[in-house]
Amino acid sequence: MREITYAQAINEALAYHLEKDERVFILGEDIAKYGGMFQVTVGLLDRFGPDRVIDTPVSEEGFVGAAIGAAMTGMRPVAELMFIDVSTRAMDMIVNQMAKIHYMSGGRAKVPMVLRMPMGAGRGSAAQHSQSFHAFFLHTPGLLVVTPSTPYDAKGLLNTAIIDENPVVFVEHKMLYATKGPVPEEYYTIPFGKADVKREGKDLTIVATHAMVGRSLAVAEEVAKEGIEIEVIDPRTLRPLDKGPILESVKKTGKLIVADEGTLTCGVSSEISAWIAREAIDYLQAPILRVGSPDTPVPFSPLLEKLYVPREEAVREAVEKMKAYL
Amino acid sequence: MNPSPKQMVEMYRTMLTIRLFEGRLPDLYVTGFTGLTHLYMGQEAVAAGVCANLRREDYITSTHRGHGHVIAKGGELKFMMAELFGKKTGYCKGKGGSMHITDITLGILGANGIVGAGIPIAVGAGLSSKMRKTDQVTACFFGDDASNTGAFHEGLNFASVHRLPVVFICENNLYGISVPQKQHQAIQDISIRAVAYNMPGVTVDGNDLLAVYAASGKAIERARAGKGSTLIECKTYRWRGHHEGDPNRGSRYRPAEEVEAWMKKCPVRRFEEKLLKKKILTTGKVKAMKEEIEREIDEAIAFAKESPLPDPQDLYEDVYVE
Repeated sequence: MREITYAQAINEALAYHLEKDERVFILGEDIAKYGGMFQVTVGLLDRFGPDRVIDTPVSEEGFVGAAIGAAMTGMRPVAELMFIDVSTRAMDMIVNQMAKIHYMSGGRAKVPMVLRMPMGAGRGSAAQHSQSFHAFFLHTPGLLVVTPSTPYDAKGLLNTAIIDENPVVFVEHKMLYATKGPVPEEYYTIPFGKADVKREGKDLTIVATHAMVGRSLAVAEEVAKEGIEIEVIDPRTLRPLDKGPILESVKKTGKLIVADEGTLTCGVSSEISAWIAREAIDYLQAPILRVGSPDTPVPFSPLLEKLYVPREEAVREAVEKMKAYL
Repeated sequence: MNPSPKQMVEMYRTMLTIRLFEGRLPDLYVTGFTGLTHLYMGQEAVAAGVCANLRREDYITSTHRGHGHVIAKGGELKFMMAELFGKKTGYCKGKGGSMHITDITLGILGANGIVGAGIPIAVGAGLSSKMRKTDQVTACFFGDDASNTGAFHEGLNFASVHRLPVVFICENNLYGISVPQKQHQAIQDISIRAVAYNMPGVTVDGNDLLAVYAASGKAIERARAGKGSTLIECKTYRWRGHHEGDPNRGSRYRPAEEVEAWMKKCPVRRFEEKLLKKKILTTGKVKAMKEEIEREIDEAIAFAKESPLPDPQDLYEDVYVE
């Protein structure tokens, strides 16, 4: 199969729907001529024109709100926030409007839209261009939260997001944009709420998201040489969360590490850990360990940022601790 | 364009319906339901004058003080009342209450509990109409203090850049909850903010139904013709407190003389006198109309009272479209 990047995979999904469905349009800052800060939307202006590929003013609340109003009245907008960090500028629209309109209206209104945004540290962009606070959106009922880790998943999940009737927060990882992987040229969808077992193993379960998936797989390959088989599961969508495969895996291995790049307190890994502790306490043979970012802002200096980001070393460290229970 | 006598009677009826509907709410607030509600009383000419220029397929966005807008856009009293009672038969199945009444089939995109939040949403509806090549217009209602939000400035800017068919209706009732206008903004006429967005801005007497009707009619026609947005400021006054429960109609921050002076400028009575003087209506007809509306409200209240409460499992429904 041909290989394309994560960014190209997202671009293909956008192009497909722009081509096929006249209700679909995309809007955001510098997404047209510039092609998006991470070149995800490159070429779409030329193909679909400025009426459907709209450069917005730096008005996150304004254009996310406009996407909501358009979605309520028959369109299928896909809005891009340049960084997850600036979603704070649109938080009223995301949390109080987009997420709740369906419920508040007793089901009379719906908001079928996608809000794309990249997260992740590692590019020397400091504290306001590097955060990974996707857990905020899990704390808001009414939103679906999608976290692709591969080009294949990115295309298939975005295809599903655009046709879904609900508001979807589609969280991309900026360190993954340039990664390549096999992606079919034809259209396909990946259903929400379907975890992917990225690697099978019997000794230890790692539930990993985004870039933590690749990092966990790398560590799994290493320890396989010592005869330790790690199972790596990527939930792919955090809401809905496909609990079945995670639960089955923990029952099998008795050991769980949760690896997510957000800061640890009240994060994705906290939620998964709490739930597993409740549902599978009788199967656990070791404390649940978590890998994530420390509870500090993202630092600028390369040395500090390296310490901040939960890289392979952080996963390896957790696996080392687990060895005591193997 | 001058309204026909028939249209004038319709608008009067709309104002009267809002007034009489809300007239029942202070008592019901104490005896029937206890949730948060903000009364529109005193501002009726704005909703009635603007919505008289709208078609069924046109959109509105509304505010926390939304009963008037919903009634003027054609909302059904019994579903509104049932919603205020938190009943399953209400507009939002009892999940939204006074601040979230929505009816997409009537173009009511929702009242809104966050000040100014309807503005970007209205802009999106305008963008949608433009993209779908319909000639729908969106009327966006908001208050004086909403004109201080980022949402206002971002929304007007976006609408202006794309020449969207959105008419911004600022109901300047002179207070942001308890804070008088001169303390929350350094301007008197909010319409001057239109200059910053290169759109027409007009200020009208918001208690003069025909003035509101004329100004909004012109703006809506302009929007429908693809010529872009207008900001209309309607100077008016709310008779009740910020919300039911705000003691003595807001006496903590509004002098009694000021409230009385504005009540003398009652938009409903003012227009009624005009219609009587022009012999478009007679006192007999007015009386009959009032009785008819009161009966309709009685029915709405009975419907609300008799309606079932939501089922416990309804808590979990409508979070997502299945």
